[in-house]
Amino acid sequence: MKDFRHGLRHGLSIALGYLSVSFSFGIMSVQAGLTVWQTVLISITNLTSAGQVAGVGLIAANAAYLELFLAELVINIRYSLMSLALSQKTNERFGLPHRLLAAFGITDEIFAVSSIQPAKISPPYLYGMILIAFTGWVGGTYLGAAAGTLLPMTVANALSIALYGMFLAIIIPPARKSKGILVAVLLSAAMSILLYYFVPVLSSGFAMIICSVAAALVAAYFFPVAHEEESA
Amino acid sequence: MKYILICMAIMAVTTYLIRMIPFAFFRKKIKSRFVQSFLYYIPYTVLSAMTVPSVFYATGDMPSAVVGTVVAVVLSYRKCPLIVVALCASLAAYLTMMALPYLQACFS
Repeated sequence: MKDFRHGLRHGLSIALGYLSVSFSFGIMSVQAGLTVWQTVLISITNLTSAGQVAGVGLIAANAAYLELFLAELVINIRYSLMSLALSQKTNERFGLPHRLLAAFGITDEIFAVSSIQPAKISPPYLYGMILIAFTGWVGGTYLGAAAGTLLPMTVANALSIALYGMFLAIIIPPARKSKGILVAVLLSAAMSILLYYFVPVLSSGFAMIICSVAAALVAAYFFPVAHEEESA
Repeated sequence: MKYILICMAIMAVTTYLIRMIPFAFFRKKIKSRFVQSFLYYIPYTVLSAMTVPSVFYATGDMPSAVVGTVVAVVLSYRKCPLIVVALCASLAAYLTMMALPYLQACFS
C-alpha cells in the first residue's frame, strides 16, 4: 500500500501533463471525424500520444490496415526498448501476471520516472503511477472531445497546436545536448518536408515511417550511442 | 463504423504487444550497438517527422501556427516544462488569430 501511494504521488505531475495533451488529442480526434466515445475508447486502449494522433489521422484518411499497423509499429517501437530496460529494474514480486498487466502502462514518462528510482520497483508502485496517469489521460481526452465541439472554432484550433508543442519540448532539449539526436531530428524533419511537398501521393503514415526509420538508421550509423546512454 | 472498430483494435493490440513482449518474455539486454542506437534515436525521429510540417497546418491558418511553433521552439530550447510549452504555444497561436484581422486592416 505504501508503494502504491508512492506511485500515485510520483505519477501526479505526469497526470497533469497528460491532461492538457490528451485534451488537445480529444479535440483533434473529433475534428478528424471520430465520435466522442470512439475517441475516449482509443485513449483507454492505447495510452500513448504519438501513436494515437497518427492513428486518428490515418483513420480519417481511410488508410489501409497494413499502413496503420506499420505506422503504429514504427511509432511505438521505442516502448520495446523501455520495456526491456524496465524489466531489468523490477523486483522479485513481478511474476508473469503482473508483467502482462503492468506492460500496458509503460509510457515514455512513466518509464522515465520509474527507471530513475534508486531501488527496484514493485508492482503496486508501478500500478499507482499508471493509474493516476491513465486517469489524467482518459479524463483529458473526454473533456477535449466533448468540449471541442462546444468551444469556439478559434480556441479549438489554437489548442490543436498544444500537442505539437509538447513534441517539440520532448525533442529539443536532448537535441541541444546530443549531436546524434540533433542530426537525427533535423534529418527526419528535412525528409518529412521534402516528401510532403514533392511526393504528395505518399500517404502521411508511410512518409512518417520512411523519414523516421531512415533518419534513425543514419544517426545510429554515424553516431552510435555510448554505453551509459543505452537505457535512455 | 466497422472500419473504425477494426482500426481501433489494430492500434490497441499492436501498441500492447510492443510493450508486453519485451517486458514479460525477454530478460536479456540487446547486445548490438547498432540496434541499440537505432532504437535510441527512433523516438526523436518519429516525433520530428510527425511535427514537421504538420505543425504549420495544425491551427488552420499558417500565421498563427508559425507564431505558435516559434514560441514552442524558444520555450523548449529554454527547457520549460512540457505543459508550459504546450499551453504557451496554444496561447500564442490564439492571440495571433485574434490580432491578425486588425493587423491586416492596418496595412491595407
